[in-house]
Amino acid sequence: MDHHPMNWGRPRNDMADPYGTYPIPQRPMNTQTFEDSVQHTQQPIVTGASVLAIKYANGVMLAADNLASYGSLARFKDVKRVIQVGSSTIVGASGDMSDFQYLQRELDELVIDEITHSDGHNLGAKEIHEYLSNLLYARRSKINPLWNSLLVGGCSPEGKRFLAYVDLLGTTYSASTLATGYGAYIAQPLLRKAVEGREDTLTEAEAVKILEDSLKVLYYRDARSLNKYQIAKVTAQGVEISDSKSQDTTWGFAEGIRGYGAQTQ
Amino acid sequence: MSDTVTLAGPQQRQFNPYSDNGGTILAVAGANFSVIAGDTRQSEGYNIQTRYAPKVFRLTDKAVLAVNGFAADGNMFVKKVKQRLEWYRHAHSKDMPLRSIARLIQSMLYGRRFFPYYVYNILGGIEEDGSGAVYSFDPVGSYERETCRAAGAAQSLVQPFLDNQIYFKNQVAAPGTSHPSHLPLSDVLALVIDSFTSATERHIEVGDGLEIFIVLARGAPIHGLEAIQGIQEMTSNAEGERVFIVRRVLKYD
Amino acid sequence: MASSVHLPTGFDFSNEIRNNFLLDKGVKLPKATSTGTTIVGCLFKDGIVLGADTRATEGPIVADKNCEKIHYISDNIRCCGAGTAADTEFTTALISSNMELHALHTGRKPRVVTAMTMLKQMLYRYQGQIGAALVLGGVDASGPNLFTVAPHGSTDKLPYVTMGSGSLAAMAVFETGWKAGLSREEALQLVKDAISAGIFNDLGSGSNVDACIITANGTEMLRNVEMPNERVQKERRYGFRRGTTAIKSETIRSLIVNEEIILPTTEAMDTS
Repeated sequence: MDHHPMNWGRPRNDMADPYGTYPIPQRPMNTQTFEDSVQHTQQPIVTGASVLAIKYANGVMLAADNLASYGSLARFKDVKRVIQVGSSTIVGASGDMSDFQYLQRELDELVIDEITHSDGHNLGAKEIHEYLSNLLYARRSKINPLWNSLLVGGCSPEGKRFLAYVDLLGTTYSASTLATGYGAYIAQPLLRKAVEGREDTLTEAEAVKILEDSLKVLYYRDARSLNKYQIAKVTAQGVEISDSKSQDTTWGFAEGIRGYGAQTQ
Repeated sequence: MSDTVTLAGPQQRQFNPYSDNGGTILAVAGANFSVIAGDTRQSEGYNIQTRYAPKVFRLTDKAVLAVNGFAADGNMFVKKVKQRLEWYRHAHSKDMPLRSIARLIQSMLYGRRFFPYYVYNILGGIEEDGSGAVYSFDPVGSYERETCRAAGAAQSLVQPFLDNQIYFKNQVAAPGTSHPSHLPLSDVLALVIDSFTSATERHIEVGDGLEIFIVLARGAPIHGLEAIQGIQEMTSNAEGERVFIVRRVLKYD
Repeated sequence: MASSVHLPTGFDFSNEIRNNFLLDKGVKLPKATSTGTTIVGCLFKDGIVLGADTRATEGPIVADKNCEKIHYISDNIRCCGAGTAADTEFTTALISSNMELHALHTGRKPRVVTAMTMLKQMLYRYQGQIGAALVLGGVDASGPNLFTVAPHGSTDKLPYVTMGSGSLAAMAVFETGWKAGLSREEALQLVKDAISAGIFNDLGSGSNVDACIITANGTEMLRNVEMPNERVQKERRYGFRRGTTAIKSETIRSLIVNEEIILPTTEAMDTS
């Protein structure tokens, strides 16, 4: 941006006035003075932690807590990190929350454009995932990434399930269980053990139980997590995102612990 | 007290647009067939992202491309190659010949010389003269036609094995005989499977699943291929070359 | 105070500056074998169960598919090691030695806190240069004891602990399954599950499950208690015909040494 007072209200590029017809002489010639120092995102600022997702008999279920951290500060405790996109897709985000909210606006626009076409076509989860992949890959290729890891879940009216991941590098993959952030290390082993081979038989109640158990472990072990979360599901009938809720936790064992070494009392 | 000097210069944090997603690919050319294979594990660091992410793609009935390295670049690259092949089909109403695909891939890779696709490509298939062929590429487009090539995480484990078993390197033929210049398909398939089970044993980034593509030249005998369990045909045009895929499980650890 | 005339004991750090200089110049220093590793331990009704995987790595290469990571300290104490393989082996061997001497000196059965204190004091002295991350467990006069010792010498005393690159996967299993007063069978199954989570989800861990159950009645080492990753049959046999390796030159040398023995001619004693 060029903030030089001489250039207020001027075209931002010399291409628009190549012969310098502007009446005041000796104005700074390069009107893109600060071009080299335009800041790209180098690190996320306000961040969300893990998102978890699994396939189950009726569709796809996705969970994320409501915390947005500012470094080690638990800054915002009622943030929605799972959103509905179109009629049959849910997107959960970890990473930078401002980048995610920008993505939300982009997706809203995409969905509105699709509706206005009224051509009988619909954006499914696969298409939305492809769009996000292309967007995130394009931004990483400009070395100006959108600092997020996203999970996209979907279920067509015919009951075909979709679950895939995309991150700030444009890396994509899909599996019957997915997790971002610390969830990839802590929750994913639990999810794989509970879900692999049972994708088509798990009931909704079982799926909720699996996700809540994993969220609880994350709350115990990930210092950037919160015991206040939402669970979203997408089935052939459409999308449902729960209100925020929390679980009972146990800390009783702590009373039996004495010190870290030789002490016993 | 000695005066302390801060040696650390100005620190710049830079976003790294690349990642390494592990895995290994390989391809072997026979006289009238070509075999292209890759494992299906996608990893980052010590983390398995997914146990099934294909690295080998059917481009046409006579060309199969394996990509390995940074997965996001790999998928984007395959997408762009497929797009160019489709445009070629619309313009010429036929599939692009293999050697032309190889040259196309070179141009596409070199086009990004100063921000490369961090991808090792191996192209396998059937040439216009009906011979099996393998082309291997470096990330910026240097390429050559070979009989066999391994790339990716376990390249250093697999390539010497292939050199020994396919090129018969360091092996003296029995007196009065000579080494064959091309192996039969059954031997090649066995060597490919053994390459991957061995790489799985000794390389942490290789495992989970194996996908083997087999491209047969027009009119080539099917030599026992139908007997392989779980084999699937992916041919789109019955008169021309034929493409098959075989899937195997590898160890999960 | 006069400067010490004693040679310092232990490691010699005099090459540190030279090595850092070479590193700056881009010289690659040799890589140590590390046990990427999942190691765990948990308390149960009558004692301790320790667990470990059996993969040792050198970067992305598997150096040993079935190594032993549960080290002997004394009859009633064992120690799982993660980190630099050599460091875990030598540190546990040294402490094991010192524990035996200590036991002989005091005439008592060694205690787990003693081993823990020796380990943390040694590791602290070396400021993290000894890359050993340990899970120490045993049963002594005070009952069952379980500790972790980090490379810089800090310790933790908890009812269930995990270490190594698979520690998060294993801890997730403990956090869902552990409760106070588990039976021997339940605890062993939980440890097997925790190690398996590491084996199948962490690339640094793999192969088999080792476990060790320590109670007041004795120690049971369960080597390869689970083997979920057996090597599959190869498609071909890779024998080589005799004469496959080219002979570039041939020299035949006799290995029989011929010696001519000349006996000393003895002169008669001069008695004149």
